[in-house]
Order: sequence, then structure tokens, then C-alpha cells
Amino acid sequence: MVENNKKTAKGSSENHDPSRRKFIKNTGLATGGVVGGTILGALLGNPFKSEEAPKEGNADKPFTETRMFFTRFEDFNVLSQATERIYPEDDNGPGAIGLGVPFFIDKQLAGAYGVNKNDYMKGPGQKVEGINTYQTLMNRGDVFIEGVRKMNKESQDRFDARFYDLEGEQQDEILQDLIDEKIKLVGVSSSTFFNLLRDMTIEGAYADPLYGGNKDMQGWKMKEHPGIRASYIDLIESEDFELLDPISLRDYQQ
Amino acid sequence: MAKKLDKVDVVVVGTGWASGIPAAELTKAGYKVVALERGQDRNVTDYIGAKDALRYDKRHEMMEDHAVQTITARNSVDETAFPLRTQTENFEGNNVGGSSSHWSGVTHRPTEFDFEARTKTIEKHGEGKIPKEMNLQDWGITYDEMEEYYDKFEKMAGTSGEEDPVGVKRSSPYPTPPMKETPPITLFKAAAEKLGYHPFQIPSANLSERYENPDGQTINQCQYCSFCMMYGCDFGAKSDPVVTVIPTAQETGNFELRTESYARRVIHENGKATGVLYVDMRTGLEYIQPADIVVLGAYTLSNTKLMLLSEIGKPYDPKTKEGIIGKNAAGFELSTPGGSARGFFEDMKFNLAMGAGALGGTFSDLDSDNLDTSDLDFIGGGIVELRLRGEDPIGYNNVPSDVPSWGKEFKDKSLHYSNRNLAVGYSPSTYGWSFNYMDLDPTYKDSFNDPLLRVTYEVTDHDKKVTEFGNKKLAEIMEEMGADIVETSPIAETWGHKHGYGEAAGGVIMGETPENSAINNYCQVWEMENLFVIGASALPHKIPQQTATIGAFAYRAAEGMEKILKDGAKLLVEAKETNKA
Repeated sequence: MVENNKKTAKGSSENHDPSRRKFIKNTGLATGGVVGGTILGALLGNPFKSEEAPKEGNADKPFTETRMFFTRFEDFNVLSQATERIYPEDDNGPGAIGLGVPFFIDKQLAGAYGVNKNDYMKGPGQKVEGINTYQTLMNRGDVFIEGVRKMNKESQDRFDARFYDLEGEQQDEILQDLIDEKIKLVGVSSSTFFNLLRDMTIEGAYADPLYGGNKDMQGWKMKEHPGIRASYIDLIESEDFELLDPISLRDYQQ
Repeated sequence: MAKKLDKVDVVVVGTGWASGIPAAELTKAGYKVVALERGQDRNVTDYIGAKDALRYDKRHEMMEDHAVQTITARNSVDETAFPLRTQTENFEGNNVGGSSSHWSGVTHRPTEFDFEARTKTIEKHGEGKIPKEMNLQDWGITYDEMEEYYDKFEKMAGTSGEEDPVGVKRSSPYPTPPMKETPPITLFKAAAEKLGYHPFQIPSANLSERYENPDGQTINQCQYCSFCMMYGCDFGAKSDPVVTVIPTAQETGNFELRTESYARRVIHENGKATGVLYVDMRTGLEYIQPADIVVLGAYTLSNTKLMLLSEIGKPYDPKTKEGIIGKNAAGFELSTPGGSARGFFEDMKFNLAMGAGALGGTFSDLDSDNLDTSDLDFIGGGIVELRLRGEDPIGYNNVPSDVPSWGKEFKDKSLHYSNRNLAVGYSPSTYGWSFNYMDLDPTYKDSFNDPLLRVTYEVTDHDKKVTEFGNKKLAEIMEEMGADIVETSPIAETWGHKHGYGEAAGGVIMGETPENSAINNYCQVWEMENLFVIGASALPHKIPQQTATIGAFAYRAAEGMEKILKDGAKLLVEAKETNKA
């Protein structure tokens, strides 16, 4: 199961952008090689020329499955694999990646929630221990960038491999170390980051599909949840469990 | 410089029940009322099709903007308080209707004991029963004297319910019949009866049938659609100010609703309130609205903060135990004792996506009028409820406690138990303590550069004993209901530094004398006769469900205001002589 999930994610990313993946691999960008303007400039003259302009395999994807927030594909890939460990594909149905959760999180971080628009963000900061509380002056977008990069660095230090190339159990070990505050992040506790990651993964699995997760209402279907319906007045006294096809806001609102 | 506007009869701060009811009553009587609402304009059309769990339940669409202000929190005076920065940690109602719009609709009346907790405790058990640091005090009015106002509130709201077989006396039946009884409620009631209790349907503001109230406002029939608590109603079927008292006030032509108008001070001179200073949040310009009567009818926290910032009354000091404003902070989220028991059922599946905020079964056999606490280590008691709010899938992932909160097992088990678990809860009254209070934070500021309100709150041994008692009783019920796994809530050591659901009480409390209270039983400030402070801030202790009581006192306060405006009355209640110096 774990292997399948990883293939899904990696496979889709390679389909997504074969020329670019190859380019990154060949130039050593992905391994953190120094990228000087001249090197980039020199390479740019050639490798894209012979490639097809439209990205094959993307035509059947919704336009909305495109990154708004994460600038580095590497970060997004770490995020994707982490959400999949939190909510994995199994016999019940798709996992976080299959439900579009990484894109859900990406969109949330690109908007008001990502910049903590309605939160109190004034200093002074305080170190608060033993209480589950958001005590950082960094916004959620900053917290995710810091978090996924530290996860990836920890993965390379500990296992000599990227987070998304680890075995499932190794990925879980890193996630557990975030919970246990064994991985130090700058400006925010690792458990605060994990709580956000965990909660937003669940949100992405079950929020209305309008936000980019819960793809095809599959989260609701697994939960036998009817989504959004006008009324249950005729059903609520029923002795039986009523399995109803879910309805989303798209089909409910005027 | 603030611009001074033309004087009106009454200016009210807020648009929930505490402010909306006086606004409706006084405009009906012909007085000019201006309401200052810090949030945005809202009416029923804002909530049509608003069934979005992420937006309303998780992102707190209807709650105050913490970019303007929040509260700070700590356990005791020795600690440095930190700000509750996000909506997950602190939320309170905003926009027209306030917390009275996002509420569940549960409309319990309190017990007779709640009004005279001190007198009745001493009568029955002697003064030694009251813990040393507990500030237990009578409200200065009895249930019997308040009954007519509860009746008035319920008739305005159209409350759906049936008589509590062992409850307080009522002058008339509920205006509308109880909500539907569903299989989990039947299961709960059968178990409760078998254990000797007297269950009935929760009194509800999610109406069982279409109802026209005495003001001519229509409230629709609840559809059990589940988007209820934390939401505005899709159908105008939940009694809230937006479908009742606000349109009632508007229809008189005597009412002006000013939204995005953030009240910052009560202006006063020589012991008389002269108006309210507020900011138009769209322009940043400051105004003073003068009035003959000023009403603070905002939420508990804002009422307290405004009194402290306006320097009215003496701030409470936990070291000397002197002062009043900020005293008896109670009912802060997670600290609220009582416990809960959740049952997981292998062979039964329930329609848990269906429901309404106040749908459920309840009984008051373990509440303060009925529970004999002679052999128990606490005073008071509370209500037991099984609620079927209609669960949204994001927030409803209950699993037995040995299952992790993420990963393969979590996913599998949370899906399995999605429609196979029920919970019962015990909601007791929680009392004021000398060390639990609110004041102004010395460090953190709001966006106007005023201090934030600071909450200092400790969970007491008394509260832990109530929770132990509740958990034991609730587990018996859940066992009787046939659950395969029964788990009770852990007993909290601290209040968790979280607040929400409009449960906080105290800060501007009522009583029989200015020695131990800020306001009298008309919610009139003892030392400033034309200032009224209405809401759960008035309650010297937190009662299990506060809304009906806030509404009842708002009706009584409106009556008092009319006596002042019409008859020139001054202090509406004579302070009781006390033995204390």
C-alpha cells in the first residue's frame, strides 16, 4: 500500500512535467547544486527547445490542480507524502493525494488562512511549553515552508534520502519526531507545525470539494456522509441507516 | 478628535439578545435607539445556502476578527499571560446577531437554586459546605420573580419543548411542541428511565413548526439539516436576533443599526453615562454617540473590557479581594467541568449527519434543585444531555482512545465509527472563585492600542469532583444504552487556555448590594444609574445554558429603562443592608 501511494505521487508528478523533471535531474538542481544565473542561462538555450510545449497528461486534470503557494516542487512533494502518511490510501478508498489534499493545503496557504488574516499576530512572542497553542509570529505559510524543509533535511541527514523517497515507517518516524518536538524548527515548535499539517489534511479530505480537496466527494463517500442537503425532516426518525448519495455546495447554492 | 453626534434616547452596544431585546422593546415604546455593532451587517439572506463546514465551523466565519483584538490567558497571578492568537483558541460571535446567531438553540431555564445559591446552600448544608475561596452569592432576585421574563423570552423565540417532569414551575407551556424524537434519543431516554431519571426533549430554538411571535415575526420550521451551531440558519428556522428582535426594532422606524462601529469607551461625567465613543472601522473616524441611557449588551468579555477601559466601578484585585469589575470569571472553555461519556457501537448505526443544534434528550434529576449534595464534595449540579447536532465530517472523527490521531489505523477506525458513536454530557453550574478573574493585560495591545483583556483561570478541586461525579453517572447511562466501548472524558488539570461557544460568565456581576456586585437585578449599574450592562457578564456563576437567562434579564432591563425614560426613575432597586462593613 505504501509503495503504491508513493508511485501514485511520483508517477503523477513525472507525468505532470516530464521535461522539467528531467531538466532538474540533469542539472543537479534537485540535489541542491549551486544555481548560478550563468549556468541556468547556458542550459536554457537548449533542453526545452526540443520538448513539446503542452505538458502531456495534464489535459484531463482540472486547471485548479496547480500550485498557488509552494514555489518549489520539492517542498510540495514532501508535503504530499506527509499528508498521505496521515491519511493513507487503503481498502476504504483514496488517501490524501488521491483526494487532492496537497492542493487543498496549497490553496489555503495562498489565502487569508495562510497569512493569518483574522488572527492576533502582535508581539512580543513568548515561549509557551506544555500547552497546545499557536504562539508564533510566523504565519501558517511560513510555518509550512519551515516545516517541510526541515523534514526533508532531517530525512537526508538521518536516512540519506529525500523524505518522499523514504519507506513509510521512516516517514512516520520523522512525523512522530515532529510531534515529540525532537526536530527543531526556527520560530515555531514542531508540534504546532504537525498539528496544523494533521488538521489541514483532515480538512482537505472532508471539506466541500469547492476548496480543491475531497475530490469527487470521495472523502464523504468513504464516510457515508451525505454532504449538503436541504432537509432531513422526513428521514431523521428512520430506524435504518440511510445511505444517501452526497451533494456538494456546487449543486446546492443558487 | 471624535465627532459628537446628535443625542438619542438609548445607545446599545451589540446586536445579540442582550442588546437586541432592549432595542426592540424600547423602539416599540417609541424611543429612539441606536445600536453599535462592531461586525458587519447580516440578515437571513446571508445564510441561504451557507452550508460550508470549513468556512463556518473551522474558519469561524461568524467570529470576531483577532487582528483587532483577542484575550490573553494564564492559570494564576504568578504566570505571564500569553495571547490566544487564533480562532481555534478563542472565538466569540461577531456581526449582527453576535453569539445569539451562531448559538445551538438550547433553551434551558436555570434552577431555583441558581438564583439563591448561597442562601440555599447555607440553609441546607450550613456555611461550611461553601469552599473558602468560592465567591458564592445570590443574584438578588428569585426564579419566581423572574419567571414572567423567561415566559416572554420563550414566546418571542417560539421555543419548542415539553415540560420537564421534575423542573421549575412554568406559567405557560412552551409555545411550540418538542422537536422530533430520533432513534438515538429514544435509546437515551429508555436508558435514563431505567436508571430512575425523568428524561424529556431539550427545549429548542430550532423550531418544530412555523411560528409567528407576538411581535409579528415568523420563524420557520427546522429541517434538521445539521448546519446549525456555528452557522446562521439556511431557513430562518433558528430563533436568533436576525429573524426576531432586530427586524422588530427596524420595523418601528425608531431604530438605527450602525455596523462596523466598534465601541471603545462609555463616556461619563459626574457619575452619569453620557454616551459611547466608537470607531467606524471603514474610515477609522471616531464618533461619540450621546444618549440618555447607555446599554452594554455585548458578549461577557467585551462588556467587562469596556467597563475596565471606561474606568467605571472598581477593578477586582485577587490579592486584596477588593473591587468588583472582572470578578467571578467562570465557564471558560475546557475548564467547564461535568465530563462526558462516549459510546462506540459495533452493531448499531445512526444517521449522525442529520440533526440540529438543540436536538436531543435531557434530564434535570442531577441538577441543583433535584440533586442532594449532602454526601458529595461539591455544591450545585447540572443537566445531562444527549445532543444530535448533525455532525460534519471534518470535525467528527471520534475513535476509541487507544487509536492514534493519524495514519492508517486512524483512517480505518474513524471511518468505521463515523456513524457508530454517541456521547452524553453533564453540564453543571460553575462558580466564582477569588483567584479567577479578568483584568487588563499589562503587555499586549489591541489595534487601537488599548490593552487586551486578560483572563486568569484555575481549575479547582471542586470542579474536578463534579467531573468525576458526572463521568460516573454518564458512563452508567452509556452502558445502559448498549455501547460496546464506553469512554469518559479525562479530568482537566488546567483550563486549556481556550475559550469559545459563548460560555463565559461573570465580570460585571449582579447581586443585592454594591458591596459584592456591579449591577442590580435590572442590570443597572449601582453607581451609574443610566448605564445597563446585560449578558452572561451579569451572572455571578455560570449556569449550564445561559441564553434563556440572558434573554429574560434583557427583558427585565428593558422594563427598567422604560421606567427611567418614562417616569424619571433613578435607582430601580434598593441595595440590601448587609452586615459586612
